[in-house]
Amino acid sequence: MTVIPGHGAAVALYPRLAWYGFRRHATYWAAALAGAFTNTVFGVLRAYVLIALWQARPGLGGYDVAGAVTFTFLTQAFIGPMQLFGGGLDLPERIRTGDVALDLVRPASLQLWCLSEDLGRAVYLFAVRGGPPTLVGALLFGIVAPHAPAAFLLSVALGVLVSFAWRYIVALATCWVMDDRGLAVLSMVLTTFFSGLMLPLSIFPGWFGELSRALPWSAMAQVPADVYLGTADPARALGFQALWAAVLLALGALMTGAARRKVVIQGG
Amino acid sequence: MIRTYALLAWTWTRAAAQYPVSFALMTAGGAVVGGLDIAAIWVIFANTDRLAGFGLTEVMFLYGASQLAFALADLLFGNLDRISRHIVSGTLDVMLIRPASPFVQVASDRFTPHRIGRSIQAGAVLAVGLSRLDVPLGRVWMVPVMVVSGIVIFTALFTLGGALQFLLTAAPEVANAFTYGGATLTQYPLSVYDPRIVRGLTFGLPLAFVNWQPGLYVLGRPDPLGLPSWTGLLSPAAALALAAVAALAWRAGIRRYRSTGS
Repeated sequence: MTVIPGHGAAVALYPRLAWYGFRRHATYWAAALAGAFTNTVFGVLRAYVLIALWQARPGLGGYDVAGAVTFTFLTQAFIGPMQLFGGGLDLPERIRTGDVALDLVRPASLQLWCLSEDLGRAVYLFAVRGGPPTLVGALLFGIVAPHAPAAFLLSVALGVLVSFAWRYIVALATCWVMDDRGLAVLSMVLTTFFSGLMLPLSIFPGWFGELSRALPWSAMAQVPADVYLGTADPARALGFQALWAAVLLALGALMTGAARRKVVIQGG
Repeated sequence: MIRTYALLAWTWTRAAAQYPVSFALMTAGGAVVGGLDIAAIWVIFANTDRLAGFGLTEVMFLYGASQLAFALADLLFGNLDRISRHIVSGTLDVMLIRPASPFVQVASDRFTPHRIGRSIQAGAVLAVGLSRLDVPLGRVWMVPVMVVSGIVIFTALFTLGGALQFLLTAAPEVANAFTYGGATLTQYPLSVYDPRIVRGLTFGLPLAFVNWQPGLYVLGRPDPLGLPSWTGLLSPAAALALAAVAALAWRAGIRRYRSTGS
Protein backbone atom coordinates (compact mmCIF):
# COMPACT_ATOMS: atom_id res chain seq x y z
CA MET A 1 0.00 0.00 0.00
CA THR A 2 1.34 3.41 -0.88
CA VAL A 3 1.37 6.32 1.52
CA ILE A 4 -0.60 9.26 0.19
CA PRO A 5 1.95 12.05 -0.09
CA GLY A 6 1.62 15.67 0.87
CA HIS A 7 -1.55 17.44 1.68
CA GLY A 8 -3.92 14.51 1.12
CA ALA A 9 -2.59 12.62 4.15
CA ALA A 10 -3.29 15.55 6.46
CA VAL A 11 -6.82 15.89 5.14
CA ALA A 12 -7.52 12.22 5.78
CA LEU A 13 -5.86 12.33 9.21
CA TYR A 14 -8.48 14.31 11.09
CA PRO A 15 -11.58 12.36 9.99
CA ARG A 16 -9.69 9.22 10.90
CA LEU A 17 -8.90 10.62 14.38
CA ALA A 18 -12.56 11.48 14.80
CA TRP A 19 -13.46 7.91 13.90
CA TYR A 20 -10.93 6.61 16.46
CA GLY A 21 -12.41 8.89 19.11
CA PHE A 22 -15.86 7.52 18.31
CA ARG A 23 -14.67 3.90 18.42
CA ARG A 24 -12.73 4.38 21.64
CA HIS A 25 -15.79 5.61 23.49
CA ALA A 26 -18.00 3.01 21.83
CA THR A 27 -15.81 0.35 23.49
CA TYR A 28 -16.98 1.47 26.92
CA TRP A 29 -20.68 1.25 26.11
CA ALA A 30 -21.60 -0.03 29.57
CA ALA A 31 -20.04 3.01 31.22
CA ALA A 32 -21.85 5.29 28.76
CA LEU A 33 -25.20 3.62 29.49
CA ALA A 34 -24.57 3.87 33.24
CA GLY A 35 -23.85 7.57 32.73
CA ALA A 36 -27.08 7.91 30.77
CA PHE A 37 -28.97 6.20 33.62
CA THR A 38 -27.50 8.58 36.19
CA ASN A 39 -28.20 11.63 33.99
CA THR A 40 -31.80 10.44 33.62
CA VAL A 41 -32.36 9.97 37.37
CA PHE A 42 -30.99 13.46 38.08
CA GLY A 43 -33.15 14.81 35.25
CA VAL A 44 -36.28 13.47 36.96
CA LEU A 45 -35.24 15.06 40.29
CA ARG A 46 -34.50 18.42 38.66
CA ALA A 47 -37.74 18.31 36.69
CA TYR A 48 -39.83 18.08 39.88
CA VAL A 49 -38.06 21.07 41.44
CA LEU A 50 -38.60 23.13 38.29
CA ILE A 51 -42.26 22.03 38.05
CA ALA A 52 -42.77 23.26 41.64
CA LEU A 53 -41.13 26.57 40.74
CA TRP A 54 -43.16 26.99 37.56
CA GLN A 55 -46.36 26.18 39.42
CA ALA A 56 -45.57 29.08 41.74
CA ARG A 57 -44.52 31.34 38.84
CA PRO A 58 -46.22 30.27 35.56
CA GLY A 59 -44.51 31.62 32.46
CA LEU A 60 -41.27 32.42 34.30
CA GLY A 61 -38.32 33.10 31.97
CA GLY A 62 -40.54 32.76 28.92
CA TYR A 63 -41.16 29.01 29.41
CA ASP A 64 -44.36 27.22 30.36
CA VAL A 65 -44.21 24.10 32.58
CA ALA A 66 -43.72 21.78 29.57
CA GLY A 67 -40.93 24.06 28.33
CA ALA A 68 -39.19 23.99 31.72
CA VAL A 69 -39.40 20.18 31.85
CA THR A 70 -38.06 19.92 28.29
CA PHE A 71 -35.24 22.30 29.22
CA THR A 72 -34.30 20.03 32.14
CA PHE A 73 -34.06 16.83 30.12
CA LEU A 74 -32.30 18.52 27.20
CA THR A 75 -29.60 19.95 29.44
CA GLN A 76 -29.22 16.56 31.17
CA ALA A 77 -28.81 15.05 27.70
CA PHE A 78 -26.04 17.59 26.96
CA ILE A 79 -23.90 16.48 29.95
CA GLY A 80 -22.26 13.67 27.94
CA PRO A 81 -21.64 15.27 24.52
CA MET A 82 -20.75 18.72 25.93
CA GLN A 83 -18.78 17.11 28.78
CA LEU A 84 -20.33 19.64 31.18
CA PHE A 85 -18.52 18.22 34.22
CA GLY A 86 -15.19 18.75 32.44
CA GLY A 87 -12.57 16.28 31.26
CA GLY A 88 -12.91 14.18 28.13
CA LEU A 89 -9.38 15.07 26.97
CA ASP A 90 -6.17 13.09 27.61
CA LEU A 91 -4.14 16.28 27.51
CA PRO A 92 -3.71 17.07 31.26
CA GLU A 93 -2.45 13.55 31.91
CA ARG A 94 -0.04 13.81 28.94
CA ILE A 95 1.22 17.19 30.17
CA ARG A 96 1.87 15.80 33.65
CA THR A 97 3.77 12.81 32.33
CA GLY A 98 5.65 14.88 29.72
CA ASP A 99 4.22 12.90 26.78
CA VAL A 100 2.89 16.17 25.42
CA ALA A 101 6.42 16.88 24.11
CA LEU A 102 5.78 14.13 21.53
CA ASP A 103 2.37 15.59 20.64
CA LEU A 104 3.86 19.03 20.08
CA VAL A 105 6.48 17.89 17.56
CA ARG A 106 4.02 15.88 15.46
CA PRO A 107 3.52 17.38 11.98
CA ALA A 108 -0.12 18.06 12.81
CA SER A 109 -1.82 20.73 14.89
CA LEU A 110 -2.27 19.57 18.49
CA GLN A 111 -5.49 21.54 18.78
CA LEU A 112 -7.02 20.03 15.62
CA TRP A 113 -5.81 16.60 16.69
CA CYS A 114 -7.62 16.86 20.02
CA LEU A 115 -10.66 18.46 18.38
CA SER A 116 -11.03 15.61 15.91
CA GLU A 117 -10.93 12.98 18.66
CA ASP A 118 -13.32 15.03 20.76
CA LEU A 119 -15.85 15.38 17.93
CA GLY A 120 -15.88 11.59 17.53
CA ARG A 121 -16.48 11.26 21.27
CA ALA A 122 -19.25 13.85 21.18
CA VAL A 123 -21.13 12.16 18.31
CA TYR A 124 -21.14 8.84 20.16
CA LEU A 125 -22.16 10.34 23.51
CA PHE A 126 -24.84 12.50 21.90
CA ALA A 127 -26.57 9.32 20.78
CA VAL A 128 -25.93 7.10 23.81
CA ARG A 129 -26.07 9.61 26.67
CA GLY A 130 -28.42 12.09 25.03
CA GLY A 131 -31.12 9.65 23.91
CA PRO A 132 -32.16 7.98 27.18
CA PRO A 133 -32.78 11.12 29.30
CA THR A 134 -34.79 12.72 26.49
CA LEU A 135 -36.82 9.54 25.97
CA VAL A 136 -37.56 9.02 29.68
CA GLY A 137 -38.44 12.69 30.04
CA ALA A 138 -40.87 12.36 27.15
CA LEU A 139 -42.46 9.21 28.62
CA LEU A 140 -42.73 10.45 32.23
CA PHE A 141 -43.59 14.12 31.80
CA GLY A 142 -44.02 14.72 28.07
CA ILE A 143 -41.63 17.10 26.35
CA VAL A 144 -42.31 19.52 23.53
CA ALA A 145 -41.15 18.87 19.95
CA PRO A 146 -38.15 20.79 18.57
CA HIS A 147 -39.06 24.20 17.20
CA ALA A 148 -36.38 24.19 14.49
CA PRO A 149 -34.69 20.74 14.28
CA ALA A 150 -31.98 21.71 11.78
CA ALA A 151 -30.99 24.84 13.71
CA PHE A 152 -31.02 22.79 16.91
CA LEU A 153 -28.56 20.21 15.54
CA LEU A 154 -26.32 23.00 14.29
CA SER A 155 -26.54 24.66 17.69
CA VAL A 156 -25.56 21.39 19.42
CA ALA A 157 -22.57 21.08 17.08
CA LEU A 158 -21.48 24.64 17.85
CA GLY A 159 -22.02 23.95 21.55
CA VAL A 160 -19.66 20.97 21.35
CA LEU A 161 -17.14 23.22 19.58
CA VAL A 162 -17.33 25.87 22.34
CA SER A 163 -17.15 23.13 24.99
CA PHE A 164 -14.05 21.63 23.35
CA ALA A 165 -12.38 25.03 22.93
CA TRP A 166 -12.93 25.79 26.63
CA ARG A 167 -11.78 22.36 27.88
CA TYR A 168 -8.70 22.56 25.64
CA ILE A 169 -7.74 25.90 27.22
CA VAL A 170 -8.26 24.46 30.72
CA ALA A 171 -6.24 21.36 29.83
CA LEU A 172 -3.39 23.34 28.28
CA ALA A 173 -3.27 25.67 31.29
CA THR A 174 -1.84 22.67 33.16
CA CYS A 175 1.47 23.58 31.43
CA TRP A 176 1.64 26.72 33.57
CA VAL A 177 -0.31 25.83 36.71
CA MET A 178 0.89 22.20 37.07
CA ASP A 179 -2.15 21.29 39.20
CA ASP A 180 -4.78 19.96 36.84
CA ARG A 181 -7.18 18.94 39.64
CA GLY A 182 -7.67 22.48 40.94
CA LEU A 183 -8.23 23.71 37.39
CA ALA A 184 -10.70 20.91 36.78
CA VAL A 185 -12.73 21.87 39.87
CA LEU A 186 -12.73 25.56 38.87
CA SER A 187 -13.83 24.69 35.34
CA MET A 188 -16.58 22.38 36.63
CA VAL A 189 -17.94 25.07 38.95
CA LEU A 190 -18.06 27.64 36.15
CA THR A 191 -19.49 25.25 33.58
CA THR A 192 -22.22 23.59 35.67
CA PHE A 193 -23.50 26.89 37.00
CA PHE A 194 -23.17 29.18 33.98
CA SER A 195 -24.16 26.69 31.26
CA GLY A 196 -27.74 26.53 32.50
CA LEU A 197 -27.35 22.97 33.77
CA MET A 198 -28.39 23.75 37.35
CA LEU A 199 -31.16 26.22 36.52
CA PRO A 200 -32.15 28.01 33.30
CA LEU A 201 -30.05 31.18 32.98
CA SER A 202 -33.21 32.98 31.84
CA ILE A 203 -34.47 33.06 35.47
CA PHE A 204 -31.23 34.47 36.92
CA PRO A 205 -32.12 37.91 38.29
CA GLY A 206 -30.96 41.33 37.09
CA TRP A 207 -27.43 42.13 35.89
CA PHE A 208 -26.25 38.74 37.12
CA GLY A 209 -28.61 37.11 34.64
CA GLU A 210 -27.48 39.42 31.82
CA LEU A 211 -23.84 38.59 32.55
CA SER A 212 -24.43 34.83 32.81
CA ARG A 213 -26.22 34.79 29.46
CA ALA A 214 -23.34 36.62 27.74
CA LEU A 215 -20.59 34.27 29.03
CA PRO A 216 -19.29 31.42 26.83
CA TRP A 217 -20.66 28.65 29.06
CA SER A 218 -24.24 29.55 28.12
CA ALA A 219 -23.38 28.42 24.56
CA MET A 220 -22.99 24.85 25.88
CA ALA A 221 -26.50 24.19 27.23
CA GLN A 222 -28.73 27.25 27.58
CA VAL A 223 -28.47 28.38 23.94
CA PRO A 224 -29.02 24.97 22.26
CA ALA A 225 -31.98 24.36 24.59
CA ASP A 226 -33.42 27.78 23.72
CA VAL A 227 -33.03 27.04 20.00
CA TYR A 228 -34.87 23.74 20.55
CA LEU A 229 -37.69 25.45 22.45
CA GLY A 230 -37.89 28.38 20.03
CA THR A 231 -37.28 30.87 22.87
CA ALA A 232 -34.23 32.32 21.09
CA ASP A 233 -33.85 33.69 17.59
CA PRO A 234 -31.90 30.88 15.81
CA ALA A 235 -29.69 33.18 13.72
CA ARG A 236 -28.67 35.30 16.71
CA ALA A 237 -28.14 32.23 18.90
CA LEU A 238 -25.95 30.47 16.33
CA GLY A 239 -24.00 33.68 15.77
CA PHE A 240 -23.39 34.02 19.52
CA GLN A 241 -22.10 30.43 19.70
CA ALA A 242 -19.93 30.81 16.59
CA LEU A 243 -18.41 33.99 18.02
CA TRP A 244 -17.44 32.33 21.30
CA ALA A 245 -16.17 29.24 19.45
CA ALA A 246 -13.91 31.44 17.29
CA VAL A 247 -12.62 33.46 20.27
CA LEU A 248 -11.88 30.43 22.44
CA LEU A 249 -10.35 28.39 19.60
CA ALA A 250 -8.08 31.34 18.73
CA LEU A 251 -7.04 31.65 22.37
CA GLY A 252 -6.33 27.92 22.46
CA ALA A 253 -4.19 28.22 19.31
CA LEU A 254 -2.19 31.06 20.89
CA MET A 255 -1.68 28.98 24.03
CA THR A 256 -0.54 26.00 21.94
CA GLY A 257 2.19 28.18 20.42
CA ALA A 258 3.21 29.46 23.85
CA ALA A 259 3.24 25.91 25.25
CA ARG A 260 5.51 24.77 22.42
CA ARG A 261 8.05 27.51 23.26
CA LYS A 262 7.78 26.72 26.96
CA VAL A 263 8.53 23.05 26.39
CA VAL A 264 11.60 23.99 24.31
CA ILE A 265 12.84 26.36 27.04
CA GLN A 266 12.58 23.60 29.63
CA GLY A 267 14.58 21.35 27.35
CA GLY A 268 11.69 19.03 26.63
CA MET B 1 -12.40 -2.02 63.58
CA ILE B 2 -12.69 1.65 64.48
CA ARG B 3 -9.03 1.68 65.49
CA THR B 4 -7.96 0.22 62.15
CA TYR B 5 -10.13 2.72 60.30
CA ALA B 6 -8.74 5.66 62.29
CA LEU B 7 -5.17 4.48 61.76
CA LEU B 8 -5.60 4.09 57.98
CA ALA B 9 -7.50 7.38 57.64
CA TRP B 10 -4.85 9.18 59.68
CA THR B 11 -2.13 7.80 57.39
CA TRP B 12 -3.89 9.26 54.33
CA THR B 13 -4.48 12.53 56.18
CA ARG B 14 -0.77 12.84 56.94
CA ALA B 15 -0.06 12.12 53.29
CA ALA B 16 -2.45 14.90 52.23
CA ALA B 17 -0.85 17.28 54.76
CA GLN B 18 2.43 16.99 52.85
CA TYR B 19 0.88 19.31 50.24
CA PRO B 20 -0.72 21.99 52.44
CA VAL B 21 -1.52 24.45 49.62
CA SER B 22 -3.18 21.78 47.51
CA PHE B 23 -5.09 20.58 50.58
CA ALA B 24 -6.35 24.09 51.40
CA LEU B 25 -7.39 24.72 47.79
CA MET B 26 -9.23 21.41 47.48
CA THR B 27 -11.04 22.02 50.80
CA ALA B 28 -12.09 25.46 49.58
CA GLY B 29 -13.07 23.90 46.25
CA GLY B 30 -15.42 21.47 48.01
CA ALA B 31 -17.07 24.33 49.88
CA VAL B 32 -17.48 26.27 46.61
CA VAL B 33 -19.04 23.28 44.82
CA GLY B 34 -21.50 22.97 47.69
CA GLY B 35 -22.04 26.72 47.54
CA LEU B 36 -23.38 26.29 43.99
CA ASP B 37 -26.42 24.46 45.42
CA ILE B 38 -27.07 27.41 47.68
CA ALA B 39 -26.68 29.77 44.73
CA ALA B 40 -29.31 27.71 42.89
CA ILE B 41 -31.64 27.91 45.91
CA TRP B 42 -31.03 31.66 46.04
CA VAL B 43 -31.95 32.01 42.34
CA ILE B 44 -35.16 30.02 42.92
CA PHE B 45 -36.17 32.18 45.87
CA ALA B 46 -35.30 35.33 43.94
CA ASN B 47 -38.21 34.30 41.72
CA THR B 48 -40.69 33.01 44.31
CA ASP B 49 -41.39 33.30 48.05
CA ARG B 50 -42.49 29.71 48.52
CA LEU B 51 -41.51 26.47 46.84
CA ALA B 52 -44.06 23.66 47.31
CA GLY B 53 -45.25 25.35 50.51
CA PHE B 54 -41.82 26.05 52.03
CA GLY B 55 -39.93 29.31 52.49
CA LEU B 56 -36.23 30.07 52.05
CA THR B 57 -35.14 29.50 55.69
CA GLU B 58 -37.04 26.22 55.90
CA VAL B 59 -35.42 25.01 52.67
CA MET B 60 -32.02 26.09 54.03
CA PHE B 61 -32.65 24.07 57.19
CA LEU B 62 -33.73 20.96 55.23
CA TYR B 63 -30.82 21.39 52.78
CA GLY B 64 -28.25 21.87 55.55
CA ALA B 65 -29.41 18.86 57.56
CA SER B 66 -29.31 16.41 54.64
CA GLN B 67 -26.15 17.78 53.04
CA LEU B 68 -24.24 17.80 56.34
CA ALA B 69 -25.21 14.14 56.82
CA PHE B 70 -24.27 13.32 53.24
CA ALA B 71 -20.96 15.21 53.32
CA LEU B 72 -19.87 13.46 56.53
CA ALA B 73 -20.92 10.04 55.18
CA ASP B 74 -19.06 10.85 51.95
CA LEU B 75 -15.96 11.93 53.90
CA LEU B 76 -15.93 8.77 56.02
CA PHE B 77 -17.28 6.11 53.64
CA GLY B 78 -17.58 7.67 50.18
CA ASN B 79 -14.58 5.73 48.92
CA LEU B 80 -16.64 2.55 49.03
CA ASP B 81 -17.69 3.56 45.51
CA ARG B 82 -14.13 2.88 44.35
CA ILE B 83 -14.55 -0.85 44.92
CA SER B 84 -14.99 -1.65 41.24
CA ARG B 85 -11.51 -0.24 40.65
CA HIS B 86 -10.16 -2.48 43.41
CA ILE B 87 -11.89 -5.44 41.75
CA VAL B 88 -10.60 -4.60 38.26
CA SER B 89 -7.02 -3.89 39.36
CA GLY B 90 -6.90 -6.87 41.71
CA THR B 91 -6.12 -4.85 44.86
CA LEU B 92 -9.24 -6.27 46.54
CA ASP B 93 -7.45 -9.64 46.70
CA VAL B 94 -4.67 -8.02 48.72
CA MET B 95 -7.22 -6.53 51.11
CA LEU B 96 -8.98 -9.86 51.57
CA ILE B 97 -5.84 -11.64 52.79
CA ARG B 98 -4.95 -8.92 55.30
CA PRO B 99 -6.10 -9.45 58.90
CA ALA B 100 -8.47 -6.46 58.81
CA SER B 101 -12.04 -6.00 57.66
CA PRO B 102 -12.21 -5.44 53.88
CA PHE B 103 -15.04 -2.95 54.50
CA VAL B 104 -12.76 -0.80 56.66
CA GLN B 105 -9.91 -1.10 54.17
CA VAL B 106 -11.99 -0.14 51.12
CA ALA B 107 -13.70 2.71 53.01
CA SER B 108 -10.44 4.19 54.29
CA ASP B 109 -8.33 3.62 51.16
CA ARG B 110 -7.38 7.01 49.66
CA PHE B 111 -9.23 8.75 52.51
CA THR B 112 -9.67 12.33 51.29
CA PRO B 113 -9.71 14.75 54.24
CA HIS B 114 -10.41 17.76 52.01
CA ARG B 115 -14.01 16.53 51.70
CA ILE B 116 -14.47 18.26 55.07
CA GLY B 117 -14.90 21.47 53.02
CA ARG B 118 -18.32 20.30 51.87
CA SER B 119 -19.32 19.45 55.48
CA ILE B 120 -18.29 22.92 56.69
CA GLN B 121 -20.38 24.56 53.96
CA ALA B 122 -23.42 22.38 54.74
CA GLY B 123 -23.00 22.89 58.49
CA ALA B 124 -22.90 26.66 57.97
CA VAL B 125 -26.13 26.58 55.95
CA LEU B 126 -27.80 24.43 58.63
CA ALA B 127 -26.66 26.83 61.36
CA VAL B 128 -27.93 29.90 59.48
CA GLY B 129 -31.24 28.19 58.70
CA LEU B 130 -31.76 27.07 62.32
CA SER B 131 -30.83 30.43 63.82
CA ARG B 132 -33.53 32.15 61.74
CA LEU B 133 -36.22 29.59 62.49
CA ASP B 134 -36.93 29.94 66.22
CA VAL B 135 -37.28 26.22 66.87
CA PRO B 136 -38.53 25.54 70.44
CA LEU B 137 -36.01 23.83 72.74
CA GLY B 138 -38.36 20.88 73.14
CA ARG B 139 -37.82 19.90 69.51
CA VAL B 140 -34.31 21.14 68.69
CA TRP B 141 -32.74 17.97 70.17
CA MET B 142 -34.04 16.18 67.08
CA VAL B 143 -31.55 18.07 64.86
CA PRO B 144 -28.41 16.15 65.92
CA VAL B 145 -30.44 12.92 65.92
CA MET B 146 -31.54 13.49 62.33
CA VAL B 147 -28.03 14.34 61.18
CA VAL B 148 -26.62 11.16 62.73
CA SER B 149 -29.49 9.09 61.28
CA GLY B 150 -28.80 10.73 57.93
CA ILE B 151 -25.12 9.77 58.14
CA VAL B 152 -26.14 6.15 58.82
CA ILE B 153 -28.65 6.16 55.93
CA PHE B 154 -26.15 7.61 53.43
CA THR B 155 -23.40 5.26 54.65
CA ALA B 156 -25.80 2.37 54.10
CA LEU B 157 -26.44 3.70 50.57
CA PHE B 158 -22.70 3.88 49.86
CA THR B 159 -22.40 0.30 51.14
CA LEU B 160 -25.31 -0.88 48.98
CA GLY B 161 -23.75 0.93 46.00
CA GLY B 162 -20.44 -0.81 46.73
CA ALA B 163 -22.18 -4.20 46.99
CA LEU B 164 -23.94 -3.50 43.67
CA GLN B 165 -20.53 -3.03 42.02
CA PHE B 166 -19.69 -6.69 42.63
CA LEU B 167 -22.37 -7.33 39.99
CA LEU B 168 -21.75 -4.28 37.79
CA THR B 169 -17.97 -4.04 37.63
CA ALA B 170 -18.05 -2.33 34.23
CA ALA B 171 -20.59 0.32 35.18
CA PRO B 172 -19.83 1.66 38.67
CA GLU B 173 -21.59 4.94 37.79
CA VAL B 174 -24.99 3.28 38.34
CA ALA B 175 -24.33 3.38 42.09
CA ASN B 176 -23.94 7.19 41.87
CA ALA B 177 -27.59 7.51 40.93
CA PHE B 178 -28.48 6.19 44.39
CA THR B 179 -25.80 7.83 46.54
CA TYR B 180 -25.40 11.25 44.94
CA GLY B 181 -28.96 11.01 43.65
CA GLY B 182 -30.15 10.51 47.24
CA ALA B 183 -28.19 13.57 48.33
CA THR B 184 -29.69 15.67 45.52
CA LEU B 185 -33.19 14.37 46.18
CA THR B 186 -33.12 15.49 49.83
CA GLN B 187 -31.91 19.04 49.04
CA TYR B 188 -35.47 20.25 48.55
CA PRO B 189 -38.65 19.59 50.56
CA LEU B 190 -40.06 16.25 49.40
CA SER B 191 -43.39 18.00 48.80
CA VAL B 192 -42.02 19.03 45.38
CA TYR B 193 -42.14 15.39 44.27
CA ASP B 194 -45.05 13.22 43.24
CA PRO B 195 -46.79 11.73 46.35
CA ARG B 196 -46.14 8.23 44.97
CA ILE B 197 -42.39 8.91 45.00
CA VAL B 198 -42.60 10.27 48.56
CA ARG B 199 -44.45 7.12 49.68
CA GLY B 200 -41.74 5.00 48.07
CA LEU B 201 -39.11 7.03 49.93
CA THR B 202 -40.98 6.56 53.21
CA PHE B 203 -41.92 2.89 53.11
CA GLY B 204 -39.30 1.59 50.64
CA LEU B 205 -35.90 3.24 50.40
CA PRO B 206 -36.12 5.35 53.59
CA LEU B 207 -34.66 8.62 52.25
CA ALA B 208 -37.63 10.49 53.70
CA PHE B 209 -36.11 9.83 57.13
CA VAL B 210 -32.91 11.76 56.35
CA ASN B 211 -34.42 15.23 56.71
CA TRP B 212 -38.04 15.22 55.56
CA GLN B 213 -39.98 13.43 58.32
CA PRO B 214 -37.68 14.54 61.18
CA GLY B 215 -37.52 18.00 59.59
CA LEU B 216 -41.31 18.28 59.63
CA TYR B 217 -41.20 17.34 63.32
CA VAL B 218 -38.58 20.01 64.09
CA LEU B 219 -40.50 22.61 62.08
CA GLY B 220 -43.76 21.57 63.75
CA ARG B 221 -45.49 21.20 60.38
CA PRO B 222 -48.09 18.59 59.42
CA ASP B 223 -47.14 15.93 56.87
CA PRO B 224 -48.75 16.69 53.48
CA LEU B 225 -49.45 12.95 53.11
CA GLY B 226 -51.17 12.79 56.51
CA LEU B 227 -48.65 10.67 58.43
CA PRO B 228 -48.65 11.35 62.21
CA SER B 229 -46.11 13.85 63.55
CA TRP B 230 -44.18 11.21 65.49
CA THR B 231 -43.16 9.52 62.20
CA GLY B 232 -40.09 11.75 62.23
CA LEU B 233 -38.96 10.20 65.51
CA LEU B 234 -38.58 6.88 63.69
CA SER B 235 -35.49 8.10 61.79
CA PRO B 236 -32.95 6.15 63.88
CA ALA B 237 -34.98 2.95 63.46
CA ALA B 238 -35.27 3.45 59.70
CA ALA B 239 -31.54 4.15 59.50
CA LEU B 240 -30.65 0.98 61.42
CA ALA B 241 -33.00 -1.13 59.28
CA LEU B 242 -31.37 0.13 56.07
CA ALA B 243 -27.91 -0.38 57.61
CA ALA B 244 -28.80 -4.02 58.34
CA VAL B 245 -29.89 -4.57 54.72
CA ALA B 246 -26.70 -2.91 53.48
CA ALA B 247 -24.53 -5.08 55.75
CA LEU B 248 -26.19 -8.23 54.40
CA ALA B 249 -25.74 -7.05 50.80
CA TRP B 250 -22.07 -6.25 51.40
CA ARG B 251 -21.47 -9.67 52.94
CA ALA B 252 -23.22 -11.35 50.02
CA GLY B 253 -21.01 -9.36 47.63
CA ILE B 254 -17.79 -10.35 49.40
CA ARG B 255 -18.88 -14.01 49.50
CA ARG B 256 -19.81 -14.00 45.85
CA TYR B 257 -16.58 -12.29 44.77
CA ARG B 258 -14.20 -14.33 42.64
CA SER B 259 -10.77 -12.97 41.97
CA THR B 260 -9.85 -12.07 38.40
CA GLY B 261 -6.89 -14.33 39.01
CA SER B 262 -4.36 -11.94 37.54
